[in-house]
Amino acid sequence: MSVMTPSTYLVSERRRETEDTFTLELEPRNGGIDAPQPGQFTMLYAWGVGEVPISVSAVDDTGRLVQTIRDVGAVTHKLCALEQGTTVGVRGPLGRGWPIDELAGADVVVVAGGLGLAPLRPAVHALLAKRELFERLVLLYGARTPGDLLFLDELEHWRDGGFDVQLTVDAADAEWAGPVGVVGKLVARGGFDAGSAAALMCGPEVMMRFTAAALLERGVSAERTYVSLERSMKCGVGQCGHCQIGPTLVCVDGPVYTWAEMARWLSVREL
Amino acid sequence: MARGLDAVVLDAPVFAGLDEEQAVQLAGCARTTGWDDGDTLFREGDPADAFYVVRRGRVALELFVPNRGALTIETIEPGEVVGWSWLFPPYRWHFDGRAVGAVRAIQLDGACLRSKCDADPALGYELMRRFSQVMLERLQATRLRLADVYAVPR
Repeated sequence: MSVMTPSTYLVSERRRETEDTFTLELEPRNGGIDAPQPGQFTMLYAWGVGEVPISVSAVDDTGRLVQTIRDVGAVTHKLCALEQGTTVGVRGPLGRGWPIDELAGADVVVVAGGLGLAPLRPAVHALLAKRELFERLVLLYGARTPGDLLFLDELEHWRDGGFDVQLTVDAADAEWAGPVGVVGKLVARGGFDAGSAAALMCGPEVMMRFTAAALLERGVSAERTYVSLERSMKCGVGQCGHCQIGPTLVCVDGPVYTWAEMARWLSVREL
Repeated sequence: MARGLDAVVLDAPVFAGLDEEQAVQLAGCARTTGWDDGDTLFREGDPADAFYVVRRGRVALELFVPNRGALTIETIEPGEVVGWSWLFPPYRWHFDGRAVGAVRAIQLDGACLRSKCDADPALGYELMRRFSQVMLERLQATRLRLADVYAVPR
């Protein structure tokens, strides 16, 4: 099948994660796509409306896809409204994911902002599945409000599995007893050996710029700081050029890059 | 053997790298203190006659808003400093401070430190430099939150 031809998937479950974010579980109708690696994405096609790149938020070997979507536009609005039993088109898996196997022997710091936890969640699962290969595992997760934190029911399992999970919010409500402040502030609190640690990060670009600076200041190297970028992707296979940034195409060369590769391009305002 | 307060003071990141003599001067204005969960450390408008280095627990800086109650502006975590109002007239707190969980901290007396800084400009400069850094980091973090980076682009 052509990489441009979507496979048909059945919506087997739809879950509301936050006020504007939903997770779809998708079952292939006819074989489906190859199993995504952590950090890869797919193009989801809402029939007759359009196609958008969406993070894979969990992977397994059954062929089931789990994708988390924020309702921000016409296509994502349609996708978020899909009922159980309806179908959706899927192309992929696309892009370069998190280099999990290259992190063996190191402390791994996972830094997520808002919806950025969705593409990092398969990495968290992969790190926990091979727990013995890594040293300390730290998750630093920030969101706008407590109600915007994703996958809260899983965080305890991640703690039980060996993750040091630290949460923060920009704006608290009366029930929130955790830290209030930007996620970059959690970096300073540490809990990892910065000199040998690797960081995996995804979130709004501004948040990643400031948090990368905090990581580098602590001593994490730019070559070991990985970021997942979001850009306007159309074809997903490096043909249309919509997602070009500097000399690279995010859909095929990314979305995961090292900070060493990407820092200079993210400072160019015209890109 | 119990560690001296000067050694405890040097554990605080804000004082890391101070020389021994300066640490002893600071320790002369310091004592350990603590609060239980929910206790009020200070209220907006109270005299800011001290600042604190949090050693355990968390301090919430709050602003009381009529009809909404207390809004947490920011939390101060272990290793961080609560308060710089002791440095600047009129030496009054601008927010409320509340203990979240059991809090242990070093309390440094503001008037005591100011008089030492007046007598020893090198110490004064060193403290001003370090508190400026704390203020810069808080200001940048606040600006980042004002930018509302998690908002949906429209």
